[in-house]
Amino acid sequence: MGIFDYFKSKSEANSASVAKERLQIIVAHERGRRKQPDYLPQMQREIIAVIRKYVHVDDNDVQIQLDNTDDCSVLELNVTLPEK
Amino acid sequence: MAKIIVVTSGKGGVGKTTSSAAIGTGLALKGHKTVIIDFDVGLRNLDLIMGCERRVVYDFVNVINKEATLSQTLIKDKRTKNLFILPASQTRDKDALTEEGVRSVLDELSKEFDYIVCDSPAGIERGAQMALYFADIAIVVTNPEVSSVRDSDRILGILQSKSRRAEQGDDPIEEHLLLTRYNPERVELGEMLSVSDVEEILAIPLLGVIPESEAVLKASNQGTPVILDVQSEAGMAYGDAVERLLGETLPLRFLDVQKKGFFKRLLGG
Repeated sequence: MGIFDYFKSKSEANSASVAKERLQIIVAHERGRRKQPDYLPQMQREIIAVIRKYVHVDDNDVQIQLDNTDDCSVLELNVTLPEK
Repeated sequence: MAKIIVVTSGKGGVGKTTSSAAIGTGLALKGHKTVIIDFDVGLRNLDLIMGCERRVVYDFVNVINKEATLSQTLIKDKRTKNLFILPASQTRDKDALTEEGVRSVLDELSKEFDYIVCDSPAGIERGAQMALYFADIAIVVTNPEVSSVRDSDRILGILQSKSRRAEQGDDPIEEHLLLTRYNPERVELGEMLSVSDVEEILAIPLLGVIPESEAVLKASNQGTPVILDVQSEAGMAYGDAVERLLGETLPLRFLDVQKKGFFKRLLGG
């Protein structure tokens, strides 16, 4: 770092901490998906197909999540229905 | 029975082959009979890093296909006692590495060697899967950089679900983090993830930190594993990592910024 560097970049965010934060989020997300059973994506597609018979929804409007706690698994289905 | 070590990372260019060559050589220097296998079929490079590229006659796929015996194929290292190299094939056939073939070669090597170091190719395709499938120990080579850390985590997931130990419900593969191309100056400036950042994200025990060093390129130029350059920080750091792999407890070295003089700082050295 030369003398001129002292005049700049003080206000810039510390990029390493940005990297760490982003990594923590994406890694946690991907680990969660890793634990999901293999059939989940296929089931998600089929559920969306069933819902589409009745209302028009986008792929992004349906969220499926499987949460495992000690003694039970919860399948959470979140559908955002279009506004009338 | 040999211990099977896979050197893996997911991402390319992080230092798997450099690390395989250094650690394999280090184990042999400690008196353990060691073979390093190049699993990168089609993109053979371990031979260059080890400086034995002109002595390759047969390769891993020839042995699997029974076109050559192991003793015809293994290259004995000229510098280090107890050390052998099994080069990869340059075939473009992706499916050349069969599970059955790899298993039988590893079984045969197991009878004679103490350590089998499997140098994995980048990616998560067949070559990488075969390199890690039979492992007892995994060394996950990671650079302090976002894509490398993410890919390492992905590889950890594969080690925990798609390896032989995982499939058979045996004790899990022993995982070790090897952080390479580490630059303490940039860490201090907040421009690079620190050792503790990467440890916290990947949550596996740290085997060593290899500082970014000119010695690594110099060693590969010459076809000498960098661990033999005992004057260099990288060479010494690999030496420490091998000792830790063998159960020693050693403090980390070369993580502090070497303070520059006032004038050098002023002029930006």
